[in-house]
Amino acid sequence: MAKLLPKRDAVIIGLGWTGSILAQQLTEAGLNVVAIERGPWRDTATDFNIGYMQDELRYAVRKDLFLKPSTEAMTMRNNASQTAMPMRDYGSFLPGDGVGGAGVHWNGHTWRFWDSDFQIKSHLDHRYGAKKTAGLQLQDWGVTWNEIEHSFDQFEYLCGISGKAGNLGGKIQPGGNPFESPRSREYPNPPMRMSYAPTLFAETMRGQGYHPFPTPSANLSQAYVNPLGVRMGQCTYCGFCERFACGNYSKASAQTTILPVLMKKPTFEVRTECEVLKVNLTQDGKMARSVTYIDKHGVEYEQPGEMVLICAYALMNVRMMLLSKIGTAYDPVTGKGTVGRNYCYQTSSATRLFFEGKHFNPFIGAGTLGQTLDDFNGDAFDHGGLNFVGGAGINCVVTNGRPIGNRPTPPGTPRWGAKWKQATVDGYNSSMGFSAQGSSYPVRENYLDLDPTYTDRHGRPLLRVTFDFPENDLNMSHYLSDQMERMAKPFGARIAVTSRIKKGWDSVPYQSTHNTGGAVMGNDPRTSALNKYLQSWDVPNVFVVGASAFAHNAGMNPTGTVGALAFWAAEAITTKYIKNPGALVHA
Amino acid sequence: MPSMRTISRRSLLATAASLPILAATAQGASISGTMPWSPFAGDPPRPVNPMGWFYFTAGEAATVEAIVDRLIPADHLSPGGKDCGCAVYIDRQLAGTFGKAERLYTRPPFAVGLPTQGYQGDLTPAGRYRLGLAALGDYVRARFKKDFVQLSPAQQDEVLGGMDTGKIVLKLKPGFSTKEFFELVLQNTMEGFFADPLYGGNKNMASWKMIGFPGARYDYRDHIDKHNVPYPRGPVSIYSQEG
Repeated sequence: MAKLLPKRDAVIIGLGWTGSILAQQLTEAGLNVVAIERGPWRDTATDFNIGYMQDELRYAVRKDLFLKPSTEAMTMRNNASQTAMPMRDYGSFLPGDGVGGAGVHWNGHTWRFWDSDFQIKSHLDHRYGAKKTAGLQLQDWGVTWNEIEHSFDQFEYLCGISGKAGNLGGKIQPGGNPFESPRSREYPNPPMRMSYAPTLFAETMRGQGYHPFPTPSANLSQAYVNPLGVRMGQCTYCGFCERFACGNYSKASAQTTILPVLMKKPTFEVRTECEVLKVNLTQDGKMARSVTYIDKHGVEYEQPGEMVLICAYALMNVRMMLLSKIGTAYDPVTGKGTVGRNYCYQTSSATRLFFEGKHFNPFIGAGTLGQTLDDFNGDAFDHGGLNFVGGAGINCVVTNGRPIGNRPTPPGTPRWGAKWKQATVDGYNSSMGFSAQGSSYPVRENYLDLDPTYTDRHGRPLLRVTFDFPENDLNMSHYLSDQMERMAKPFGARIAVTSRIKKGWDSVPYQSTHNTGGAVMGNDPRTSALNKYLQSWDVPNVFVVGASAFAHNAGMNPTGTVGALAFWAAEAITTKYIKNPGALVHA
Repeated sequence: MPSMRTISRRSLLATAASLPILAATAQGASISGTMPWSPFAGDPPRPVNPMGWFYFTAGEAATVEAIVDRLIPADHLSPGGKDCGCAVYIDRQLAGTFGKAERLYTRPPFAVGLPTQGYQGDLTPAGRYRLGLAALGDYVRARFKKDFVQLSPAQQDEVLGGMDTGKIVLKLKPGFSTKEFFELVLQNTMEGFFADPLYGGNKNMASWKMIGFPGARYDYRDHIDKHNVPYPRGPVSIYSQEG
């Protein structure tokens, strides 16, 4: 029998980026908030030690900061004809764990999705006609650019993003991204200093008529005090960023931007190493009453709340909804139901160049040290004569030269023995690369549900991921690979190799922790689990915040949009919902 | 790397953190009204003791030493895998949490999966080495009437190459192929060669010197603008070895 605890105004599941933002905004509005976090407490001073954070084996290979599959695994298959098997180790993507979540060990690429993303269906139908996207489950997000722009601004100033605006209020700015949607003001910090590879990339691409610009970075170019009064440090380009926590207070995370303020509030409490098992609904299923959680000693508690905010990783948000029966599970055969619908990923390929007589020092890196061009992203280019929609950002980002994982050799090189060794020495400092991070558009057969066979340590079904790259995205990616092959020629490299994506998503090699959808926001309760404020259509005192709300995934990293959605949902709760609890949108 | 230190640290955190919120009734690590901090709470890595074998039998250790010396042969670029400590590294990894698959999902049922679904066997990494090395020994004795360590370097390369390309199939078990065994050994050998020396391999930071990786340095602000200029300083390791 679970021990019943006193009721709170809001119960938050998961204290990562979105949970921290929601907790901060709701406590500012006077609410009493408790966050239940499955993983441990983590903070810079105690856990992210600059004396030993630069340990590739521990953090990048053994994945010390990541969610352990023994805690929660998922099953996967490429299509419904296969039997899903558990990912016994996470490979293709790496969910976070503990306070700060995946925001602890991200790279820091901080993008704004475009106005054409939020209204993707209307936009593409208007430009190309509805036939162009037949077969895709593209749909508008419910929110529009003008409504949400200020939420992006809030997130960027919270983090101290280092970048260069490309479009200020409709005026194109030299040096920035001319394809971005209009922003209300400049980034809070100037771009990072550039090492050799991105500098050479930008020069060569400009020479071909493209529009490279500094990748917007949550690794700070200079010291910064954010609007909450939290002080951050300058990035030292240490090359231990993604998969690592920052020991320099120079990568934006909940730890470096919010927690020093939030944790001091008596109206906020976090319970760590406590795993929420489910959200409990009232008998009619129309309201959430409480959450049941289990602490590290195995004791069960019931925590009642006026509202429940599901703020875990995107995939876990969907699983929590399915386990708690919030909304109706999506059925790919009938197309009915919304929870699990429109699961998307990322569709990527890369080019690597091997030079004679160049020296790149790849270990001088940072998660977002680089240059991007968006000339082939989203709908920045005409798709009229092409057999796909969508695109990719092309990024030359030097994240690291850590040698267990990063020692490129040309194709055909042996993987061991004397020849391998010589090629490794030759390639390490004289090679650079760039990559296309492509969009992932929803199709009927890619979805999330509960696995019929495999269970977690508490006996609950694992999430089942059914996913493969749709034809549209394969066509897009091959087109991008063609472009990159062509773009590589003027570099004059000794060898240039461009990869090509294949049908059959492989869960083993790392690809991207940009899993999106499954509990998407939208205008229509028949096709979205949430309304435009990330409020459940079915259980209005539940909000589900994260990349799970993305109706599709763009050719950009999701965190900037995730942060904006968190501020957007928080604003709806504090300015609308608490004054008049209930559905904020009537379908 | 869980250790006694981690456990005591977490309990300490829970105790310290529960002080400011006496009103709460929940047990466990409840934190409110403060930023928890306790001195020496971090969890630094422990350097391995290089003496003896913690997991391998003497015979297994000799075979692994011979293998890592062919995967990473000694030449003008670096000492060989054995002298760099790669076998010691693998032994310590197998004796620890990695070898026991502690962080992995190991719940049944076990079934043979598709290549896109990853390893689906029921053996831990340590168990895979035990079975794989025994099967390799059987194969080599049946074919050469010798142990692996007694083969010439060329013969050893031929056997390893056959495992790599799939020409040689050892008697393992369903769900664990010869190719998977080879990939595991290759991956772990490279980890040992390129990881921080505290884990038992990469002795004297040999691999880092070989490729020009400065190791655990944490600040390159003085060199980021120096384009196409080699970095002038040698590597350092976590425990302040300087090369």
